[in-house]
Amino acid sequence: MPERPLSPHLTIYRMSRYTLLSSFANRLAGLAASAGLLVLAYWLTAAARGPDAYARARDLLGSPIARVLYALVLVAFLYHAVAGIRHLIWDTGRGLERAQSQRSAWAIAVVTVILASVLGWAFFLRGGI
Amino acid sequence: MSRRTALGQVLGHGSAKEGAAHWWAQRLTSVALVPLGVWLIVSLLALPALDHATVTAWMHGGTSALLLVLLTVTAAWHSQLGVQVVIEDYVHDRGWKTLALSLSTFVHVLIAAAAVLAVLRVALRGAL
Repeated sequence: MPERPLSPHLTIYRMSRYTLLSSFANRLAGLAASAGLLVLAYWLTAAARGPDAYARARDLLGSPIARVLYALVLVAFLYHAVAGIRHLIWDTGRGLERAQSQRSAWAIAVVTVILASVLGWAFFLRGGI
Repeated sequence: MSRRTALGQVLGHGSAKEGAAHWWAQRLTSVALVPLGVWLIVSLLALPALDHATVTAWMHGGTSALLLVLLTVTAAWHSQLGVQVVIEDYVHDRGWKTLALSLSTFVHVLIAAAAVLAVLRVALRGAL
């Protein structure tokens, strides 16, 4: 087999093109959201196993490091959701012009920050995990 | 008339008759995950506390049990599709790629099964 260039060609694009960054960030955010799913499954399993297992899970999931990780996973999940909606809009054939996709790259970043702030505030008021 | 080259046919590359199935499943699951994700965040925020009694009472509810099953299965499916693409793009060695894809599939099925079992154990408590 000849050595063909394999996708994605991360090294040949200019990273200053934030449409590329927004796409790459979406992948990373998706992977972080997958880690969040793992935590969700663990949390549900601990709840099903009983109060003792749940208490142990809560100790583990309630540590300061874990809280920082949740905050990051929450932001990643929100970004992935908002960027995913952008993809669904693209799938209808809308917003694909260069200027439009550059504007929407900014828009999803701003919407993510707003959503993360609102939810962070709400969870903080609720007293966290 | 086939447009595939003779070499391509012999090597077995090209269409595996799956067409847009992967793409379509990823879109369909993402559409479903928008309301399910909003529901999860809103209902977690609506819970007065996250102690064992409150959380299991929430999981015991018929609607939340149903939505939790739908959410975890759909999210695991969507995640499997996404991780698959990432592995296919970045792991170029055929052996490692096959191993990584297989492991990812196993782990995702395990996550989905564990989450569903957990929800059912709580939801059906007292009913069995």
